[in-house]
Amino acid sequence: MNLHEYQAKEILKSYGVRIQEGKVAATPEEAVESAVELQKETGTGWWVVKAQIHAGGRGKGGGVKLAKNLDEVKDLSSKMIGMQLVTHQTGEEGKKVSKVLIAQDVYYPGESQVEEFYMSILLNRATGRYTVMYSTEGGMDIESVAEKTPHLIFKEEIDPKVGLMPFQTRKIAFNLGLSGDAFKEMTKFVAALYKAFEAIDASLFEINPVLKTSDNKILAVDAKVNLDDNALYRHPEIVALRDLAEEDPAEIEAGKYNLNFIKLNGNVGCMVNGAGLAMATMDIIKQSGGNPANFLDVGGSANATTVEAGFRIILKDPNVKAILLNIFGGIVRCDRVAQGVVDAYKSIGNISVPVIVRLQGTNAEEGALLINESGLKVKSAITLLEAADLVKSVV
Amino acid sequence: MSVLINKDSKVIVQGFTGSEGTFHATQMIEYGTNVVGGVTPGKGGQFRLNKPIFNTVSDAVKETAADVTIIFVPPAFAADAIMEAADAGIKVIVCITEGIPTADMVKVKAYIADKQTRLIGPNCPGIITAEECKVGIMPGFIFKKGTVGIISKSGTLTYEAVDQITKSGLGQTTAIGIGGDPIIGTSTLDAVKLFEADPETKGIILIGEIGGSMEADAAYWIKDHGTKPVVAFIAGETAPKGKRMGHAGAIIGGANDTAQAKKQILRDCGVHVVDSPAELGKKMAELLK
Repeated sequence: MNLHEYQAKEILKSYGVRIQEGKVAATPEEAVESAVELQKETGTGWWVVKAQIHAGGRGKGGGVKLAKNLDEVKDLSSKMIGMQLVTHQTGEEGKKVSKVLIAQDVYYPGESQVEEFYMSILLNRATGRYTVMYSTEGGMDIESVAEKTPHLIFKEEIDPKVGLMPFQTRKIAFNLGLSGDAFKEMTKFVAALYKAFEAIDASLFEINPVLKTSDNKILAVDAKVNLDDNALYRHPEIVALRDLAEEDPAEIEAGKYNLNFIKLNGNVGCMVNGAGLAMATMDIIKQSGGNPANFLDVGGSANATTVEAGFRIILKDPNVKAILLNIFGGIVRCDRVAQGVVDAYKSIGNISVPVIVRLQGTNAEEGALLINESGLKVKSAITLLEAADLVKSVV
Repeated sequence: MSVLINKDSKVIVQGFTGSEGTFHATQMIEYGTNVVGGVTPGKGGQFRLNKPIFNTVSDAVKETAADVTIIFVPPAFAADAIMEAADAGIKVIVCITEGIPTADMVKVKAYIADKQTRLIGPNCPGIITAEECKVGIMPGFIFKKGTVGIISKSGTLTYEAVDQITKSGLGQTTAIGIGGDPIIGTSTLDAVKLFEADPETKGIILIGEIGGSMEADAAYWIKDHGTKPVVAFIAGETAPKGKRMGHAGAIIGGANDTAQAKKQILRDCGVHVVDSPAELGKKMAELLK
């Protein structure tokens, strides 16, 4: 699960992480009110208007702008709210902006130079440990930093038996070239950040940039927070922050039936039991000349209800020209699945695209017989090769 | 010979009295697995499927000399169940449970690091030594005793490979479902090493997917130490970047964990990579002719 920047920052702040302060607004009027209040609370002279969508690269796409007076706050907010913001992470159609964050200007001039750093916390899958990854090169795309100047990226791995130790936070602050007050601030910042990460069962924190202000404060200017979906049951307060408008409607619908669905842009829909076989089925569609329209894992219980729900969700996509159902029956019996397909087909009534059903494993022959004798326009296959050939013949 | 489990393995079931636990324990016993009992806290002293139930894994080990466990407990309690089994001295722990929080598995990994135990999974179909012992949820009837070792991150894709290998006449020694989570107890490389050391295994099938570096790690080792033919398939060539494809660990993070990148590394290391899972059996049959 992903959060908006404003939600992520509120959570960080509650664990003692210093943030660029801000207030969220859904209308230009609210934006101006927020700006006035923010000025009272923080003394900020200028404001940053930031579009709240679940995607990175907002600055380059025009979703982050500086306002030097209240008229500009209103003007920029009214342009941003309602716009389709396109970034390198949103796809061509972009994402609709429904809220903006009015944030304080933290790049004010002062006694020392402002500096930007990069910091993230993530799992190192090779060692099974959480790792703080950080760099002196903040404010940039970390992937290009990794490519061009990998020696400027540092990693600090955390031993789960003791957690993040003070010597590690000092090492991080030293490696970032800090001294004096800024050094102390950074050690506190990292410790609080890790505390928040652990407390909410996050899977990724990415703070880019972490800013050293001209008066030597360390704060999070942006915050990307992803949660571990498997741990959400421990955090009802975070589940309540879920923004369904940011998610694909078909994926939300599938979730209601416990189907694991991901929308893609191809022309052949698929429905499979098991995530690995589902990915492999998408690959087979591609190799047969089609393009997968979705990923759909129906799990261990492929029955009439789940199959029908799956068909309905896939058929909502007008680009779908054929559907491949691929089931390897283990505990699931193929004849039961076949009956489910026949029932679902009759219940939906008007499936206008060819359906290919490949059943293998327990009672595969009986399943194929059921399909073939149903009188429906469904083609059946037993081996993967046969299924691939059938896909080839329809695309 | 075979790896990890055989007809002499003494198996207990954690979460024995739950519906999943009882169902699969029944299937395992029918396959011939020596299930010696189960663990459900608070139900010690009772019986299920004519096997004794114990309150703790430690009691079960004392009474039955169990050396293998299979875990069916819900995600919130699974990490605790794995640690309990490791503490009780169980040699092979198979955890079927899907959906364990990653933070819990970080702790599990650290806890079992210095114990004499091997964890398989979580989020896996288990292990099976053909015609001897099944500690998992796979359909037993598709397996046949033979010479091919199978390693897979996915359940149904394993069955696909097994079915082809059986129909090709080769059969399997052992199949290991290593699991699809970001943190798993036995890596692809660990499993490859087990099969390399097993004299009965003549060839290895490796089924991987997008995300992480386990297949690449195995590939580099195979290049330097491998003596047996390895046939590999990597699922997810068409998976978009940054999306979690069902398995918690199946997510492309960078340039090196795409299906294409993994296939290239495997090929460069002398592994026989097939582009379609439909070709796994045929390719292995060619190589072992």
